[in-house]
Formats: sequence, C-alpha cells, structure tokens
Amino acid sequence: MQTKEFKVKWGMVIDIDKCTGCGACMVACQVENNIAPMTAKDPHNYVQAITTDRDDASNKLRTLTWMNVYELSNGKSFPDHEVAYLPRPCMQCENPACVPVCPVVATDKNEEGGIVSQIYPRCIGCRYCMAACPYHARYFNWWDPLYPVGMDKQLSPAASPRPRGVVEKCSFCHTRFQQAKDLARQNDEDPNNLPDGAYVTACTEVCPTGAITFGDLNNPEHAVHDLAKGPNAFRLLEKLGLHPQVYYVSKREWVRKQGDNYKAGDKH
Amino acid sequence: MDSKLFPEGVQRCSFGQFATWMTVITAVFLVGVYSAVLVLYNGIGTTGLDNYFGFGLWITFDLAVIALGAGAFFTGFLKYILKIKQLEKIINLTVIVGFICYSGAMLVLTLDIGQPGRAWFGYWHPNVHSMLTEVIFCITCYCTVLVIEYVPLILEQKQLNKIPFIHALAHNMHVNMALFAGLGTFLSTFHQGSLGGMYGVLIGRPYAFREGFFIWPWTFFLFVLSAVGSGPVFTVLVCTFMEKLTGKKLVEYKVKALMGKIAGTMLTIYIFLKILDTWAWATGYLPSVGLTFDDMFYGVAYGKWMMFTEIVLCGVVPAIMLITPAIRNRPFLLYTAALLDCAGVTINRYVFTVQTIAFPAMPFDKWFVYYPNWVEWASSIMIVAYGFLVLSLSYRYLPVFPQERRLNYK
Repeated sequence: MQTKEFKVKWGMVIDIDKCTGCGACMVACQVENNIAPMTAKDPHNYVQAITTDRDDASNKLRTLTWMNVYELSNGKSFPDHEVAYLPRPCMQCENPACVPVCPVVATDKNEEGGIVSQIYPRCIGCRYCMAACPYHARYFNWWDPLYPVGMDKQLSPAASPRPRGVVEKCSFCHTRFQQAKDLARQNDEDPNNLPDGAYVTACTEVCPTGAITFGDLNNPEHAVHDLAKGPNAFRLLEKLGLHPQVYYVSKREWVRKQGDNYKAGDKH
Repeated sequence: MDSKLFPEGVQRCSFGQFATWMTVITAVFLVGVYSAVLVLYNGIGTTGLDNYFGFGLWITFDLAVIALGAGAFFTGFLKYILKIKQLEKIINLTVIVGFICYSGAMLVLTLDIGQPGRAWFGYWHPNVHSMLTEVIFCITCYCTVLVIEYVPLILEQKQLNKIPFIHALAHNMHVNMALFAGLGTFLSTFHQGSLGGMYGVLIGRPYAFREGFFIWPWTFFLFVLSAVGSGPVFTVLVCTFMEKLTGKKLVEYKVKALMGKIAGTMLTIYIFLKILDTWAWATGYLPSVGLTFDDMFYGVAYGKWMMFTEIVLCGVVPAIMLITPAIRNRPFLLYTAALLDCAGVTINRYVFTVQTIAFPAMPFDKWFVYYPNWVEWASSIMIVAYGFLVLSLSYRYLPVFPQERRLNYK
C-alpha cells in the first residue's frame, strides 16, 4: 500500500461516546470557512429569476457540509435501541483516493502535516474526486455562492471563498495552521514542532463536550498520539486501505463495527 | 434546387422535403441549446446531479457514444493497417459516425465540468497519474484526427472537387490516410482503456475497483474490447437506419455481415473475460474488503437484473448470434444482435458510472437513487439531433457511400 509519510501528521480523534449530535461543529466549520448558505433566490441573476429557483438548504444532497454529522443506529427496537453520532470531516487519507485521480493536480497531499489540499483556482469541476471518495467528504458548488445582505460583513478574511463549479472540502482549517505557524515564527519557535493545542480546527475548539481532539499523530507530546492507539480506536473503512488520519473512539462494540464492512467475515 | 450539389449520379429527395426534415431536427436541437444555456448561465445546479451523484447521465452518455463511436478507429485500423479491402464501402460512414460521437461527447463534457473556461488546464497542469488526464489528451487529439479524416470527404463534394487545388489536396490526404488511421488507432485504444481505467482505479469504490496488470486495472482492457465489440455494429445500425429512411440500398449486406463478424469476434473475447473478471471480483476482491456480491445491488434501479441483462442477454446472446454465420447472414437477426450488443455496452457504461458511486461504502450510509432531469436529457438529445444534422447534410451532399450508384441505379 502506498502511503505518504510526513514528519508531522495532523490528525483527529473523535470520541463518539461523547458526541451528542448537537451540530455545533458543523456550524463552526461553515462560519470559519466562509461556506455560503443556500438561498433559493439569486437577485443578481436575471435568468435565474425567470426560471426555476435554486436549492435552499433543505436539499441535503446539495448543501456544502465539510463537517457532516451522521446518525448511527444499532438497529434494535425499544428498549434496546441506541443511537450514536459520527461527525465526518475530510479523512485526510494517507493513501487518498481523490488525489491521484484529479486530472489537473487541483488536490494534492504534499505539504508537511499531511493535509490533503484543494486548490480552488485550479479545479475544473469534473467531480472525479467526488466519485473517488467513499466518505462523501467532497462537495461541489452547484450554484453561485451568495451571502444574504448583512451576512457578508461577518465573512472571515482568512478563508478564500469559492466560485461556482469547483469542488471543496474540509482542509483541517488550513488557515488556522498557517496562523499558528506564523505565530510560532514571531515567537522564535519552530513552526514545524507546534505544541499541543497551538493549532486546532474550529470544530475541535467549539465542541461543547470535548469529543474532538486534534493534534500531531506522530508527536508523543500530543494527546491524539495515544488516543489514536487506544484499544477502542478505529478508522472508517480501513479495509479499503485509504489510511485516514481521522480516528474514532467508542466503547460500544456495535459502533466500532459500523466503521467497516464485515458481512463477508473478516479475511484480513 | 440544390441538385447540382448532389454526389455524382445519385438522386435525393426534394429540397422542400429536406428542409422540413431539417427544421424538425433543428427544433429538437434548439430545445437542447436552451438547456445548455441554463447550465452554463445558472450553473450545474439546474441538473439532477448532486453531491452523491457527481457523475450521471452526461458521463454515461459520453462513455456510451465514445464506445459506440469506436467503429471509426477499429474499422480504420482494419482497412488501412490490415488492408481488409471490403471495408472501404463503409469506412466513410464510420468516420462520420466517429466524428459525431467524439465531437458530441466533447460538447457534453464542456457542460459537465463546472469551470468550462479551465478545460485547457488538462494540458497546462496535467496530473500524469490520472486516467482522466489521458482521456482528455486522447479524446481531444483523436477528435482532431477524425476531423482530418472527415475533411477529405468534404473536399470530394462534387462542386468543390472541380477546383484543382482542392482535388489535389483531397487526393493527397487520402494517400496519407493510413498514417492518421494508425495514429487514431493508437489514441483511441488508449483512451477507451483509460475510460475503463478511470473506474478500475477507484480504491474507495468497491463496485468498480479492480486489480490489474502493471498500472492498468482489468477494466482498462475490458473497456477497449467492449468498444471494438460494439462500435462496428453500431455503424451497421446507423447505415441500416439510413437505408430505411431513404429507401435506398447504401452498403451491400456482405459488408454489414463482415462488420458483424468482426464485432462478434471481439465481443466473444470480451464477454468471456468479463465473466471471468466478474467472478474474480465477486469471489476474490469483495470478500477481502468485507463485502458480498449481494451488497452491491439495491432495489430495481441498481438490481442484479441489470447485470444479468448486460452480461447474458446483451452480451453472451449477441456474441453467439454474431459469430454464428447462419444467424449473422440473416438481416433481421444481425440487426437484433447489433441492438442487443449496443444496449449491453450502454448498460455497462451506466452501471460503472452510476452504480459505482451509488453503492454506500460506509455501513451507516444508505443507497440513494439518481434520476436525471429534463436539462440533462435535453442536452444529451441535443447531441443526437446534432448527429442527425451532420449525417443528413453529409448524406445529401457528400459521396459517403461508394456503392450507392451501383446498388440502386443499375
């Protein structure tokens, strides 16, 4: 299996047993990364005005949710019924399915830290990467992004907005990574050896129950280093061999079992 | 009215009749143009595609017409490189059909990509590891080759050909056509394969992923074979359709049966390997990732009936029909086999495009069913209408069928 190794490997460990499914991570992500809300009307497009409306946010197959919370069920009926919530950012795979397929190198895994990049001005919008990703972590801009009046004032100056017709995805809040490195340089510290907590994603910061832990998987001083090696840690679809840099933890076996397919028995 | 422009010694319908026909086709074409304007101006949101189905009718349509357009390169290869002389009676038509299929596919692709203005990035920032890069290279280059092959036919138009320079140019292009046929064969073989490779390399999509030889997954070879196993008989179908429409015999039956034999031979090899591939995938690969054969299918839209229709009814059956001379030599049965064959390759392209991405790899995710909406249909039908326009004009004014005079006016 070809995996790309880096000295620093940014990763996430999500404790599913702590996740309440509140969705704060999704909201924080949208705000941090200037993800445009979906609006049915586009006052700037006169052709749109005389034809059918655009999708509003109720069409969940068209919304842009870099961080998306899935609901898991153990499939049993009351009183044994249990649910769990699984937040799904981009897995930043060590052996990504999306990177080698891109015809124009608009997505790459080439930077120290192992974050899979997405270069919006390069993307031609062929959506081949979306077809390649089994985690559905990639999203397409089906319509022109539109920020309702007033909302444009709270846009983040750090994250670049995307035009219509390109693919986008979670970047582990890459602008925060750059800011953390800049800060380290200003303080005469090594930007390639950030202390635990110096760089965290917006979803990690906002999670009210502390279900998300973020850090360098290769650095023993970072909490994720040990959490990812815990007995209850697992990754999604490990058998496919994409080697995600996002780990999940749950004490419940039925939850861990939903992380991969076992229907044909475990032959690996 | 325009009879001076007709090819030498043939009759065509009246100009009024022709104009009416062209008006109807143009009307259909214009509905497609309207849908294309919506896509380009409002965005791809106007289609039925979504984040689960980034590929849909358009990509299926592209792959299908490119497979069916394979008659051009394969017949060209057999005629110019292997020198099978019989085929010169249908080679012009294969070139025109190939040109329509490839240029049509490129038109659809410009709608399908979100940023058509950046289409040239495929050349400027190529990712040499991507199968799609090779598809972009080969399709654009091969479309150019098809234009070069089509141009001499236009130059042979009766009035144009009276100009000495054009006459000489057409003649010289013909003399060197073997070079372009060879180039076309190379380019076309590779991108037919790359289109299959596009799906075979998807490590995250168990429905499509295949092991392979060196960098090429098995789907690479299967797509080449299925294309050459169906392209030639698609040309036969187009020719027969034109014969029914015009009431004339355009190509003698012997040539059609030969095309059937060629396609049948390739189809037989293909379907044998396809069955082996499917078996190895179902019993070897799928269990290795914790999945079963049954997991790959869902409901009616993604049911097993589709796979059996593709492989048995539209694969094994036409293969047997086409390689059996007694069946192949009966027109009705040849055309039936050809229709099944073309339907089979279309289903193959559909399931590899749509079912591949419909399968929910994450156990807690669920199947979604994709329906193309009218915008996708109208823009696809626009390409069919475009094909009708090109073929109608070519048939009326260009010497497409060398046998037409002998078969009809003797």
